[in-house]
Amino acid sequence: MYNFDVEKPGTVADAVAAMRTEDAQALGGGQTLIPTLKQRLASPSTLVSLKGVAEMQGITRDGDSLRIGGATTHATVAADGNYAALSALASHIGDPAVRNRGTIGGSLANNDPAACYPAAALASGATIVTTSREIAADDYFQGMFDTALEEGEIITAVNFPIPQAANYQKFVQPASRFALVGVFVAKYADGVRVAVTGASNEGVFRWTEAEAALSANFAASALEGLSVSADNMIADLHGSATYRAHLVKVMTGRAVAAAS
Amino acid sequence: MTKVTMTVNGKTVSGDVEGRTLLASFLRDDQGLTGTHIGCDTSQCGACVVHVDGVAVKSCTMLAAEADGATVDTIEGQANADGSLNVIQQAFQDHHGLQCGFCTPGMVMSAAALLKENPKPSEQEIREYLEGNICRCTGYHNIVKAIMAASGQDVTAIAAE
Repeated sequence: MYNFDVEKPGTVADAVAAMRTEDAQALGGGQTLIPTLKQRLASPSTLVSLKGVAEMQGITRDGDSLRIGGATTHATVAADGNYAALSALASHIGDPAVRNRGTIGGSLANNDPAACYPAAALASGATIVTTSREIAADDYFQGMFDTALEEGEIITAVNFPIPQAANYQKFVQPASRFALVGVFVAKYADGVRVAVTGASNEGVFRWTEAEAALSANFAASALEGLSVSADNMIADLHGSATYRAHLVKVMTGRAVAAAS
Repeated sequence: MTKVTMTVNGKTVSGDVEGRTLLASFLRDDQGLTGTHIGCDTSQCGACVVHVDGVAVKSCTMLAAEADGATVDTIEGQANADGSLNVIQQAFQDHHGLQCGFCTPGMVMSAAALLKENPKPSEQEIREYLEGNICRCTGYHNIVKAIMAASGQDVTAIAAE
């Protein structure tokens, strides 16, 4: 690693101030960023550790809305249970030691095309709360490793509307355990949302045809007759574009069948 | 350089670190606690697992500066006060839960974390919990068996001898 300074603000205001340092970079749990730095793929002047920002920790429920602080670890979300499908998703990210460090804000800010949280946020129509504004999930994800976040902007919380039923199905890439294809299905009073991770060169996306079919009839059989185009699907040694496209439908069906 | 102070295996220690100094490097190079191993250095293998404020973390993927003020427990602090092996370590010896031994410190620290949150894990739960600990000798059967034995469960039904 190239060397850098480490700042440890205790408040959001101090974190924002620290991020004004030239080439500063926010540090969540570091489970992606530190390996990236080891490979010298980034050379920030300063890492602003968000672990000590108390306002960004923890989970609070208000009616059917769940607010998760940006610095909340996967392990904390996994143990929460207010939004069962989300907790189940968090309990299968990485491994136990990774879940004790990695954070929801870090995952969403990185927007890895095979990460799990982006599928949950998009399928839930979550709101990404930052140091300067609130961003709807539909506007937040802008492509592989690309988001609506501006320079110096930090995710302080994520607000999830709790659905009537939901489920996440992940077909794991057997070596990395990341999602080869992951599908999050969430059923709300005003319709069903389906978000797919791991599959597309554009990163997480909504499968709108399935949403329409499932909103009319929330059953795996409603997907019969639908197909997913292999255009722009990721193709690598783990699976072809056609294979991933096929898996999207299979995993969506499984998620619907398992939704509770 | 920044000064960090932390409690390692019950003792207060401090040292000067760079921003980029990993917790694993601080423990090994500054404190001489070389029981914490660095295997893959990419947070996959788990040989570097230690406990920070009571939970398992991969010390090769955490900055020493972030552990300032924390309580850190490593493999060196696991033995009983009289120097004898603790129940998990003894079970690893009794059930041949190690071959070359490189992954063992991480395995023992992960096992300790597991048994703290789940005192009687099933074989399946143990295997899932060890997802982030790799044994390149592939000695998993006896590692799982040792952890089951350490939790006071009957291990006669576990496959490998």
